[in-house]
Amino acid sequence: MAETTTHVAEPTRRDFLYIATGAAAAVGGATLVWPFIQSLAPDAATVAAGAPVEVDLTPIAAGQIVKVFWRGKLIFIRHRTPEEIKAAQDVNVASLRDPQPDSARVKQGHDQWLVVFGNCTHLGCVPLGQQGEYHGWFCPCHGSVFDTSGRVRGGPAPINLPIPPYAFASDTKVIIGQEATA
Amino acid sequence: MSQHPTTYVPKSAFGRWFESRLPIAGLIHSSFIAFPVPRNLTYFWTFGAILVFMLVSQIVTGVFLAMYYTPNAAMAFQSVEHIMRDVNYGWLIRYLHANGASMFFVAVYIHIFRNFYYGSYKAPREVLYILGVIIFLLMMATAFMGYVLPWGQMSFWGATVITNLFSAIPLVGDTIVSYLWGGYSVGNPTLNRFFSLHYLLPFMIAGVVILHVWALHVPGQNNPTGIPIKSGKDAVPFTPYATIKDIFAVVVFLIFFAYWVFYLPNYLGHADNYIPANPAVTPSHIVPEWYFLPFYAILRAIPDKLGGVIAMVSAILIWCLMPWLDTSKVRSTAYRPLYKQFFWVFVAVCVVLGWLGSRPAEGWYVIASQICTVYYFAHFLIVLPVLGFVERPLPLPNSILESVMGVQKGGAGMPAGANAEPQSKG
Repeated sequence: MAETTTHVAEPTRRDFLYIATGAAAAVGGATLVWPFIQSLAPDAATVAAGAPVEVDLTPIAAGQIVKVFWRGKLIFIRHRTPEEIKAAQDVNVASLRDPQPDSARVKQGHDQWLVVFGNCTHLGCVPLGQQGEYHGWFCPCHGSVFDTSGRVRGGPAPINLPIPPYAFASDTKVIIGQEATA
Repeated sequence: MSQHPTTYVPKSAFGRWFESRLPIAGLIHSSFIAFPVPRNLTYFWTFGAILVFMLVSQIVTGVFLAMYYTPNAAMAFQSVEHIMRDVNYGWLIRYLHANGASMFFVAVYIHIFRNFYYGSYKAPREVLYILGVIIFLLMMATAFMGYVLPWGQMSFWGATVITNLFSAIPLVGDTIVSYLWGGYSVGNPTLNRFFSLHYLLPFMIAGVVILHVWALHVPGQNNPTGIPIKSGKDAVPFTPYATIKDIFAVVVFLIFFAYWVFYLPNYLGHADNYIPANPAVTPSHIVPEWYFLPFYAILRAIPDKLGGVIAMVSAILIWCLMPWLDTSKVRSTAYRPLYKQFFWVFVAVCVVLGWLGSRPAEGWYVIASQICTVYYFAHFLIVLPVLGFVERPLPLPNSILESVMGVQKGGAGMPAGANAEPQSKG
């Protein structure tokens, strides 16, 4: 074994200054990235335009699905027929991919009104109403099937059509984007 | 071939003065004039030049289109129609750009499968190859964002579907998607940033292309035999042999390109994209551009959102592992009788996947997509590693020259000079 002498210098003031300078530059650089990434987020005008919207339910006949927009997102308001309500309620909840009873997806006493986001939870296409095996919705893009409660029953969608925050101002008027205060 | 011939001597006094300050003429001379090229290259080796031509073509037509286009959700669709109807030769520039994207992908797929067939991805060209995969990914991103800009129905819903892929990422997915959109859905901020990036990415591609060409010039080109250049007799100088052949191939490719531009300019697009974007209605059958179809079929084959996204991304990233998954010592499939059959099965599976991607996601189409997806991955994860051990390759020629001229004893029967070193002429 050849004898080797390794000269391990004690850390000096200069080493400390190098590391401190490097650390300050790294923190500064990371800080500078922050405003650029934040600029990509929804801007103030977009957020402000996301105020709640009022929808009059009177003209929506039973069996009809109406499309409205809130925050640029499509929302379905479905006036369900008694058969559709029954079909949604008579389901073994445990057998669902995203188990939710129908009662958790409508407001109490307003069983006929289903309000859900109108973009498929797979990749955001607009499902077609009254189609598919359960006559709820069928997504033409990748074949997801939803029932009359907007719950996923087949295809690649991972979860049910989500429920936007909304509240009934009266029996014939909903405010979408506003939580119920009761 | 890492040591290029450095015989270049500038002829003029100014040339010598300049060369001693910036030796760029010498670099060009050693890279594109004296550079030794295997003498047995086929026309499959001209697609690199065709791709460079297509990149330049897309940048030039794109720069002009950007002068007439308006990246605003309320005006984009109108501005594209303005280009088509009012701008002088706007129809030509737009059709060249739109069909140019398809031609770019035609050329890149031939280039990629040539690389698969002749084992160009194997040592010592792994870095060269992975740079190529990076270029392909950048091309996909650029093409996708470009397709969004006309703001038609397919633009809007294509953007919605593809950006929603990121929502499959656990926990942070939804935040990432709203940062991609700049809103709560695909809208004007999305269009603005896609335009900005669509203009930027081709120049990033150009940068990676320079690295790709640089990495090519270290080991030199692969060739149909897969064996390296052993002597000057195996090679010809890049100029005039490869230069003229590349130019001829580009001209022939341009005829093919022109046929689409002038006779079928909308064949490769979708009629739905001439309907302005409408966030309330999805086209009844949403399909991406043809060059994305095989990957789209893989996405849809998996009945799980996150799983589908992972499979689609893996379908490309797995290419990066090929140099290590392929255990065969022989590069060229011409000498691999067993692999040759698997190669063509793989090509067929890719074509079928592309066709399935264009079909609706229902019935047996889904099952067929699943079978093809399983085979696609099995090709990389099972066929490539196993064949290297079980296959008995055909005997390789001793040299590139021998593969071209046959085994020669005295040189009789060979055209005069064929056996000479044409490299020394350059």
